[in-house]
Amino acid sequence: MKKRVVIGMSGGVDSSVAAYLLQKQGYEVIGVFMKIWQDERDDYVENEGGCCSLSASEDARRVCDKLGMPFYVLNFKEVFKKKVIDYFVEEYFYGRTPNPCIACNKYIKFDALLEKAKALEAEYVATGHYARISYDEKFKRYTLKKSDAMAKDQTYVLYNLSQEQLKHTLMPLGEYSSKDQIREIARELGLVVANKPDSQEICFVTDNDYGRFLTEKQGESIKPGFFVDTKGNRLGTHKGIVHYTVGQRKGLGIAFGKPMFVVEIIPESNIVVLGDETEVFHKELIASEVNLILYEKLDSPIKVTAKIRHTAKAEAAEVIPLSDGRIRVVFENPQRAITPGQAVVFYDGDYVVGGGTIDRM
Amino acid sequence: MSRRVYMDHAATTYVNKDVLEAMLPFYTELFGNPSSVHQFGREVKKHIDKAREQVAKAIGALPEEIYFTAGGSEADNWAIKGIAYANRNKGNHIITTQIEHPGLLESCRFLEKEGFEITYLPVDQFGMISVGDVENAITEKTVLISVMYANNEIGTVQPIQEVAKLAKDKKIVFHTDAVQAVGSIDINVKEQGIDLLSLSAHKFYGPKGVGALYVRKGVKLTNLIHGGHQERSRRAGTENVAGIIGLGKAIELAASRLEENSKRIKGLSDKLITGVMEKVPYTRLNGHPDNRLPGNTSFCFEFIEGESLLLNLDIKGIAGSSGSACSSGSLDPSHVLLAIGLPHEIAHGSLRLSLGDINTEEDVDYVLEVLPPIVDRLRQMSPLFEKVKGGK
Repeated sequence: MKKRVVIGMSGGVDSSVAAYLLQKQGYEVIGVFMKIWQDERDDYVENEGGCCSLSASEDARRVCDKLGMPFYVLNFKEVFKKKVIDYFVEEYFYGRTPNPCIACNKYIKFDALLEKAKALEAEYVATGHYARISYDEKFKRYTLKKSDAMAKDQTYVLYNLSQEQLKHTLMPLGEYSSKDQIREIARELGLVVANKPDSQEICFVTDNDYGRFLTEKQGESIKPGFFVDTKGNRLGTHKGIVHYTVGQRKGLGIAFGKPMFVVEIIPESNIVVLGDETEVFHKELIASEVNLILYEKLDSPIKVTAKIRHTAKAEAAEVIPLSDGRIRVVFENPQRAITPGQAVVFYDGDYVVGGGTIDRM
Repeated sequence: MSRRVYMDHAATTYVNKDVLEAMLPFYTELFGNPSSVHQFGREVKKHIDKAREQVAKAIGALPEEIYFTAGGSEADNWAIKGIAYANRNKGNHIITTQIEHPGLLESCRFLEKEGFEITYLPVDQFGMISVGDVENAITEKTVLISVMYANNEIGTVQPIQEVAKLAKDKKIVFHTDAVQAVGSIDINVKEQGIDLLSLSAHKFYGPKGVGALYVRKGVKLTNLIHGGHQERSRRAGTENVAGIIGLGKAIELAASRLEENSKRIKGLSDKLITGVMEKVPYTRLNGHPDNRLPGNTSFCFEFIEGESLLLNLDIKGIAGSSGSACSSGSLDPSHVLLAIGLPHEIAHGSLRLSLGDINTEEDVDYVLEVLPPIVDRLRQMSPLFEKVKGGK
């Protein structure tokens, strides 16, 4: 009997081709569109690229029809609100910059969806992520490796997966070396989504205006406060800490006569600290909520390369385990805008060692 | 391909062969526009008149009281908005129930934004409204009472005649959404005192996209669709001729076989209900035990999600629904199940199997064979169920 796979279909080209590839590999594939969020405004305008709109689910359905696969829309709105949207909003009010995609992968795609897959007697969930999962005899662990398509590599948002999750996950796109190849396959198959642009923004903030989103969600908690310099001198008034992120230069609303950057956000005193560019660079960070993939635990410091955001390059660093379960990461060279709330992810060559959430510089 | 069993007749039905045959000529040789002056138009118009008579006869109305629409939702929209706007100078209050179809509820929500006040009456654990509640809700400003005849999700049939009588005594217009009831229950609008009634062809083996609104003579109603002079200038748009012919034929057939069919289908439903309740513990039947549509069965299986159950049944070829077809795109807990007092987590675990003409004893046996092990397996995965078992 064919092994059954439930694939999360976003309506984009990646998950569509992934579904096809799995089918070709001999799996029985069931397509699922995850209904995770709904814009509650009446005057909603359909935009290309958003991943939870009606047109996205329609695209996913059409692809499944074309491939002759069953297709279901499943409801994850409640868990998504709790684990992703509420977290996203809270983090900003804690003066941090969250990464909702990491939370979504951890709690929704590879947890709630995996549960649904098991309920359907499926062995695996699959996604259109660019990353490679395999069982490694040497480590006796399921491992996560960077995709051959370096430009598209998505391991940064996947560092949080447990061994159990990796065991039941397939990512067929990881073997391909470029997105163009994937688009080419989609075109050959005549899939309607072959030329659809990549989604860029966070799926539930379709206009990319976080300030607007946070104001709508919890505007009453947004309070103006002071900009100060690193010595504590007041420089002016800010619109509320949620409007800023570490490293930000534009949109501060005041002219200082020289370029100024957000170097720190202090929620307790509602203060945004500004400094010159050199003050945005740091060599060290502390991270918590650590997840390790390559090892079960860390007893002594290890040398890795580490990324502090999705778009950053992995840089040489040392990871030092602390007694309280957290870790200290010391980079060889100072890194620009280490941002609390974002993830730090470690690599050993192509292997993902693990990662954690940045607490402070 | 394994066996396929269709038990979602409340969502829609197939088109009866005789109905389809009656419709076909109107796509080919009888293609004229019924509004045209020439023979091509006139010969078609004649058939529309006949369909109107068929519909009128089936529900005890006069032909001139029947207006064809593009289905049940349009009929509901028209009834609610049309009465509200026509009586604006008299009052702005409407009474309805919490368990109406979205076509009606959303029309009411729209009117709320326009300054109307809506009372959404609660129902009891069986999905029944209380006539006393209706009476208590009436104010000087009440211009419309709308109570659905039979509920699409749980099948409960309301005391329509009593509500209609109350409305008449208070000189308030009474509308009923009878989309689920027509074809399954004998309805006579005159005897029952109904002022407006919505119906839809595809619930009784007619085509999709066509329905009708019955409007008692003398009831003032503002138009919804503006344009040409079709339907005596009450509902614009070139007629869906084949659809209207199909509606006429389908309702005539349904009325002629109503008693016999309902009895047979009721027998199958009873067998299914008894079997499920016997074989699956921690199960409740939703809706009224007696006053329910003959083909409706609706269950809540504790500790599991209706969504997973539905998909597993689909994989086994059994077509049912969780909540109603209209909301299953989102699969939010049904407003109807919440209204009958089910807690949120149980309302998630509902399954509706609605039986119809094509179902047989063997279909019921197949469901009774396939369903219990699926429920059992899903429960084994549920942490809630573990707790209950452990606690015993």
